[in-house]
Amino acid sequence: MALTLDNIQIYRKMLELRRFEEGIADLYHKGYVPSSAHLYIGQEAVAVGVCSNLRQSDYVLTTHRGHAHNLAKGVSMRRLAAEILGKVTGPCKGKGGSMRATSVSDGVLYSCSIVGANIPIAAGVGLSIKIRKTDQVVACFFGEGASNIGDFHEGLNLAALWRVPAIYVCENNLYALSVSQSRSTLIEDIASRAEAYGIPGVVVDGNDVLAVHQTAEKAINDARVGLGPTLIECKTYRWLGHHAGDPGLDYRTKEEVDTWKERCPIKSFRKLLVSRGAQENELQLVEADVEAKVRDAMTFALESPFPEQAELLRDIY
Amino acid sequence: MVRELNMIDALREALTEEMRRDPRVIILGEDVGIQGGIYRVTQGLLAEFGQERVRDTPISEEGFMGAALGAAITGLRPVVEIMYADFVANCMNQIVNFAAKMRYSSGGQLRVPIVVRSMVGHGRGHGGDHSQVPMTWFMNVPGLKIVVPATPYDAKGLLKTAIRDDSPSLFFEPHILYRTKGEVPEEEFTLPFGKADVKRKGNDVTIVAISAMVPRALESHDKLREEGISAEVIDPLTLRPLDVDTIVGSVKKTNRLVTVEYSPKTGGIGAEISALVIERAFDYLDAPIVRVAAPDVPIPVSPPLEKMTVPSVESIVEAVKSIVA
Repeated sequence: MALTLDNIQIYRKMLELRRFEEGIADLYHKGYVPSSAHLYIGQEAVAVGVCSNLRQSDYVLTTHRGHAHNLAKGVSMRRLAAEILGKVTGPCKGKGGSMRATSVSDGVLYSCSIVGANIPIAAGVGLSIKIRKTDQVVACFFGEGASNIGDFHEGLNLAALWRVPAIYVCENNLYALSVSQSRSTLIEDIASRAEAYGIPGVVVDGNDVLAVHQTAEKAINDARVGLGPTLIECKTYRWLGHHAGDPGLDYRTKEEVDTWKERCPIKSFRKLLVSRGAQENELQLVEADVEAKVRDAMTFALESPFPEQAELLRDIY
Repeated sequence: MVRELNMIDALREALTEEMRRDPRVIILGEDVGIQGGIYRVTQGLLAEFGQERVRDTPISEEGFMGAALGAAITGLRPVVEIMYADFVANCMNQIVNFAAKMRYSSGGQLRVPIVVRSMVGHGRGHGGDHSQVPMTWFMNVPGLKIVVPATPYDAKGLLKTAIRDDSPSLFFEPHILYRTKGEVPEEEFTLPFGKADVKRKGNDVTIVAISAMVPRALESHDKLREEGISAEVIDPLTLRPLDVDTIVGSVKKTNRLVTVEYSPKTGGIGAEISALVIERAFDYLDAPIVRVAAPDVPIPVSPPLEKMTVPSVESIVEAVKSIVA
């Protein structure tokens, strides 16, 4: 196995993302989530594969579907769950919620709830890293839907022109809201758009955490030594609808969804671990531990207070 | 004898001083580097500070505005030039949905210290999408500050304050006043936000004038004086925060209010100021409030038509006389 990281740690992290989203879905359907919740289930290999290469001091900019990137970058499960529920114990004191979760001390700069907006912002973060002469890197996540908005093109052009230390991770989950990629653009690979901006574009199996990890590792190393940004397209699939309230079956077939579920990134990585000698009881221990941790986070969020009235007018200026 | 500068030179001096003072200040925008800005506000800055800090951008407003936010939330203090204020429409998303809200939505974790400098107004026959005065677009966006200087002195002092402020500021420079000279002391100074300047004292009527309408209000003041009418002229200098106390205090003294702006009247600055005065000084008003503003039309190119979209000194004088018996 080429992987030099702690394999069990990777497995644990992906499982945390999955169980966390299941926990949020449960709370959503019980009416505890004040906003919509855009769940990440099925895409876990991307966030974990990329973020396992990042340092604490590196930055992440994510999207409305950003719980996973927050967790993968090290944000506490308890605090993130509290944020999603609009509780004062969240890192944004409940003011940002699911779609704007931010934890600057963990390097999660912002979740940009409007598609594509984080792409030029990441170019500026990269510019700032260059000007401040630190050796940080910024990882910017977005879906294939974002590649059709102006921000993608303007942001990628600036990032390329300025050779900033950024990696752009397109999580191609095949659907933008209800519209499939083939109904949005004639091109096959979003990564091919990188050529238009003079930067490398790479396609990778987004359900293979090792492949994502290795691809991101090279892009991040390149960015860190001043070779400029890379566009990485991770081909994956959104198991659920656009948001927790969308069954996601009006615009795609159950067969299609089931086919992708067969390719579950977590299940296949577990199988790989077992085939390489991981002990079943060791994995079960991890699984039980993750479940307990998620339960604890959800309980913490539910029991946390909402912000007090005085909070309404704080943090504007 | 105090030195005289025009607004272009005063702005450049503010930028230069702040860039010397604070290495985190950078400039981004179209034509700001080699060209020195279309009105030469940034001339010479590239030579002094280098291309790392004075950066010509592609024509890509949403892109470089977003980049400015990214730089701002990670420790820099970008000053972004949007060549014509009309083009803020091209980056409205980054300004309204992100710059204005990131601090609040992050529960105070983020600061967005950017200044968006932009030229406003008529006088060039540039037509409806190159001549607007769009401060009002941002009046109901909490999180932004709106700065509207009309003299070289005010422009310099307020720009320095905007650069040092931790909130995003929109800084609107009236094109028609760029070359008008005024006194600007050589020694260091800044001007506070939210503190109106009473440009002339008076007793019979309060005139609140915005941006390029300030010199016209001052001219009106002189004409009215010849007719025995004493007008108080107030320039709020910033619309967010707005110095309501000074305006209301003045109306309590004069009992009459005329507002003057060159944005369209509907939903305008005059509407907001009028409502505030009615809320806080209704009993003091001896006459209806009069709003002098641009008509609700896009700005035409044809010179005589363009001129009709801008309130004249005569229209201000007439407005005052209509409520001062």
